[in-house]
Amino acid sequence: MAGELVSPTPALRGSARRTAALRLLRRRLIQAVPLMLGVVIINFCLIQMAPGSFLELMTAENQVSDPATVALLRKTYGLDDPVWMQLLKYIWALLHFDFGFSYRQNMPVIQAIWIHLPATVLLMVSSIALAISIGVAAGVVASMKVRTFWDSLVSIAAMFFYAAPSFWLGIMMIVLFSVKLGWLPVGGMMKIGGNGGVLDILHHLILPTLALGLFYAAIYTRVMRSSMLEVAQLDFVRTARAKGLSRNKVTIHHVLRNALLPVVTILGVQMGTVLAGSVVIESVFSWPGVGSLLFDSVSSRNYPVVLGIMVLGSLVVIAANIAVDLIYMWLDPRIEIR
Amino acid sequence: MQRFEFVARFARNRGALVGACLILFVALMAVFASVFFPTDPLRIVGLPELWPGEDPEFPLGTDSLGRDILSMIVHGARATLLIGLFASAVATIIGVGVGATAGYFGGWVDEIAMRVAELFQTIPNLIFVLTIVVILGSTLTNIVIAIGIVSWTPIARMTRAEFLSLRDREFVQACRSMGMSDLRIIVSEILPNALPPVIVLSSLVVAGAILFESAVSFLGLGDPNVASWGRLVGDGRQLIRSSWYICAIPGIAIMITVLCLNLVGDGLNDALNPKLRDR
Repeated sequence: MAGELVSPTPALRGSARRTAALRLLRRRLIQAVPLMLGVVIINFCLIQMAPGSFLELMTAENQVSDPATVALLRKTYGLDDPVWMQLLKYIWALLHFDFGFSYRQNMPVIQAIWIHLPATVLLMVSSIALAISIGVAAGVVASMKVRTFWDSLVSIAAMFFYAAPSFWLGIMMIVLFSVKLGWLPVGGMMKIGGNGGVLDILHHLILPTLALGLFYAAIYTRVMRSSMLEVAQLDFVRTARAKGLSRNKVTIHHVLRNALLPVVTILGVQMGTVLAGSVVIESVFSWPGVGSLLFDSVSSRNYPVVLGIMVLGSLVVIAANIAVDLIYMWLDPRIEIR
Repeated sequence: MQRFEFVARFARNRGALVGACLILFVALMAVFASVFFPTDPLRIVGLPELWPGEDPEFPLGTDSLGRDILSMIVHGARATLLIGLFASAVATIIGVGVGATAGYFGGWVDEIAMRVAELFQTIPNLIFVLTIVVILGSTLTNIVIAIGIVSWTPIARMTRAEFLSLRDREFVQACRSMGMSDLRIIVSEILPNALPPVIVLSSLVVAGAILFESAVSFLGLGDPNVASWGRLVGDGRQLIRSSWYICAIPGIAIMITVLCLNLVGDGLNDALNPKLRDR
């Protein structure tokens, strides 16, 4: 944590830093294994708890009633094995990225997710970028003008966006910008019959990005503001001011960089909630991403897809947290992460 | 007189005070819903799609079927608040249980408990809730439990931290030397001292739980027998071209409630830790 850096070790340089980073990466990857295993086991328990096996669902959907075929399918899917054997088989399959077959899309689950992935990644990246830029800018403004009109304005806005349900915000923006003003499209990713030009997609991206990103912008604003105020009281800032540097220069070169650390931490922790949030936003804006796929699968009880998304989502969160640790190390070389 | 000081500190925070009053208002609304609106809120009572103010009998208008929106909001307050409270209670019970065990015993117990907490923080929360609800069924109980399951980790961390700082104090050592059992020390000696910050955190968890529930209901996965605010937003979604107020009103209700809960939580936090107040 940024506040606990009382006994700084000398900054690591060059190759030493690279080895330290690699060591950290290796340790984090090893720690990720039991975590991933836990996710898979929770998943497996959920499958076991589902009323009626997925086989019943599958045979019902494909109108298979011949008992011989059903028995054959039971055997193929190993449903007659003891539970622990099924679990091992499940883990083995997941290790080969085999998440099962989605009968609705008529393709393997992993492929169905893969097709929907780019749209979600685009939405997540743009929302996070928006949230960080607004959050950092607003937090810096509020902390530099602390206890003024601007500070209050920023704080009140942050409070509102922190409390507004994102789906509702999205609908209200559709009412204003699409229905009343007609500036932006109601939903979808590109014009119907369009070829998906960059401008067209960006045009469709604006509202979903705002709806998803403003909530996180509110969080980052609050964190950034208090972090800036905290760092500004540290000794090295006073030294920089005493050297005769201007207030703006100190803020940008000394305070900002250090105040960013908590924002980076939260970003890693919240990667999963951004992904989860995109489920709702994609449903509001008919954005053709993993969220829409999840929603569709949830409504049609297509468990393999739901579970596949859950496992892959957890994987994304783990990866994001590792990335955050590495960024952290780069931002503050004094930090030695356990 | 410490208690008075606490109340005074809380009351000095204007935002928290306003938030507390509004929450009280919403809670009263929820409790006396059937006194103000004794008839079933889902009954058709007037012309469909009356705008707010168009007919004085329906101050907030009517929805696409001609149901009184004000009545639905008042009755929805009950569902929304109860789900929020119960989900937060589930999260608090799990969180305090895990956190207290981890903090008190330490060692490998702590290690395992914290790994489990990490595990639950890894799975994207809303996706987890949706999966649980889909697999186990959209009943009120399942939704409450699912939200509790994804919300307990911060409470566990907070409880653990409190226990870590309390477990070696003199009064605990005294209890131990008297031969008191671990369970009794945890429940009757340490827990009461560890509770205040945990309660503050659970008030913030209520706000989060309300947002979760509204998202689940909005996606149409809520309990079909319960008209919570989130579901009202979802129901109104089809009509945003002609009557967007049907969507807007329940959303405003959610926003105000969550906002006030956050204000109260922040206020309690500041009152508990006066040193942190000016951050």
